[in-house]
Amino acid sequence: MNLYRNARSGELTVRADFPLLANNPGLHYLDSAATSQKPTVVLDALRDFYETANANPHRGAYSLSVRATECYHQARTRIAQFLGVADSDCLIFTRGTTEGLNLVASSWGLANVGSGDEIVVTAMDHHANFVPWQVLAMRTGARFRVCELTGDGRIDLDSLRAALNAKTRIVAFSHVSNALGTINPLGEIVRMVRERSDAIVVCDGAQSAPHFPVSFDSLGIDFYAFSGHKMLGPMGIGGLIGRRAMLEEMPPYQTGGDMIEFVHDDRTTWNVLPHKFEAGTPNAANAVGLAAAVEYLDNIGMDRVIGHERSLMLQAQERLSAIDGLHVYGPPPAERSGVLSFTMNDVHPHDLATILDGEGVCIRAGHHCAQPLMRRLDVPATARASFYIYNNEGDIDALVTGINKAREIFGYVPA
Amino acid sequence: MSLPRSSAEISALYQEMILDHYRRPRNKGVLENADASVEMKNPLCGDEIALQLQFDGNEIKDLKFSGRGCSISQASASMMTQLLKGKSKEEIGAIRTQFRDLMLGVPSAEDESRLGSLRALSGVARFPARVKCALLAWNALETALADSE
Repeated sequence: MNLYRNARSGELTVRADFPLLANNPGLHYLDSAATSQKPTVVLDALRDFYETANANPHRGAYSLSVRATECYHQARTRIAQFLGVADSDCLIFTRGTTEGLNLVASSWGLANVGSGDEIVVTAMDHHANFVPWQVLAMRTGARFRVCELTGDGRIDLDSLRAALNAKTRIVAFSHVSNALGTINPLGEIVRMVRERSDAIVVCDGAQSAPHFPVSFDSLGIDFYAFSGHKMLGPMGIGGLIGRRAMLEEMPPYQTGGDMIEFVHDDRTTWNVLPHKFEAGTPNAANAVGLAAAVEYLDNIGMDRVIGHERSLMLQAQERLSAIDGLHVYGPPPAERSGVLSFTMNDVHPHDLATILDGEGVCIRAGHHCAQPLMRRLDVPATARASFYIYNNEGDIDALVTGINKAREIFGYVPA
Repeated sequence: MSLPRSSAEISALYQEMILDHYRRPRNKGVLENADASVEMKNPLCGDEIALQLQFDGNEIKDLKFSGRGCSISQASASMMTQLLKGKSKEEIGAIRTQFRDLMLGVPSAEDESRLGSLRALSGVARFPARVKCALLAWNALETALADSE
């Protein structure tokens, strides 16, 4: 790893560790909030698993299967350590955040929520942390409440307070908004929920786990879901972390192989944690890949990760704000992770994204899977640039050049 | 695939004709006494269009659109309404097919004089992610025509 080449400014210079970026010098990837690029160590870990340990875990008596099982379990332990989970059996592997949240909604939700109960989400939540709860409410007859936001895109804590009462069974919110980058005050929210209700607290960690230190055991929440592919890991692996007592009480989410203990003709008993929630052949290779990703992040240090992103975001904010007609959404940069959501005059974000593509700049344009938020911002879409460890000032230069190109094409500056 | 895309392709996409229709859309508004009316949204990008048609026998006597979206979707809607006014359903059927060919990158469609100013959208074919923008108004048209049958 080549972390410290630019140590004087404290900036990370790890682009060379990412083959896709290293092979495309003209590419400026600013869409890591959607998915991150993958470092060589992760790609090597995947290949190494398939070349040296590939067999079906938990199945065979032969030593290769035992090795696959060990790799899978070691990956769980390593990722649990990274996310501050002492009891690694409480980390259930899933396909990603979406599946983790659906698991809680289906399993805990259907068993514990009934007519007259209430479920609270926020207007900034990603559809993955909004729709599962909306559907749960419709199925059970519970009331679905949406906590409002402040004008600058933070959770309105007064609105949250007003939504909480003795009937609240679930409060779900995102640690960090994917569309705006808002870092939500998790501790304050948890205190408020605990004071006013007996609700469980479910946190969407898709945008926090990749970017700053997270220690589940000290967060005081009940469930935390995350995605591996946003934190340098492979696609198709992520996790749900929960409290042991609750996970043990909950019915299975899916049924099948691996998650059973004894299958009788008329009934079945369940395996212990974490297997109870991992039906079918586990995604062992990707778990190993994700373990390599967190090892890589740990070697950098999560404090440096957020420091690097924030420094880039501040620079980008300053330079973009100076552009006439450009509007940045969300709270001040100090309250955001490395996300910059913006619009410019009447240039539609899709046109902006296409023109930026011509400069090699990849940004997201659209509703960011947060239509309730877009309605409140009263825009159909925004353009979003998001930063990660491999980005640098050159990426910001290209972003600014592309935006100016769009201004030229749309006639905001003399050609 | 070459990364990134060349900026020449971008210039070919954003022709002056498209920007002109985006800035000054023709036939934008609401039609009184419409015979067919369709609202359509592209859930992927949030673009939306409302299209209203008024028939005179077999012909489109008048049509208007409203909505919001990117330059490609708005220009396509504007140019479409301009071209289709006064056309018979048979003529419209042929134009629809030709416009879809243009979006698929069929070379002969670029020379099709019946498409008129819509040929300015030929560059869209090289941007698969944007073809759906150009087709939004045409999908609304198809639904409106089917509803009016």
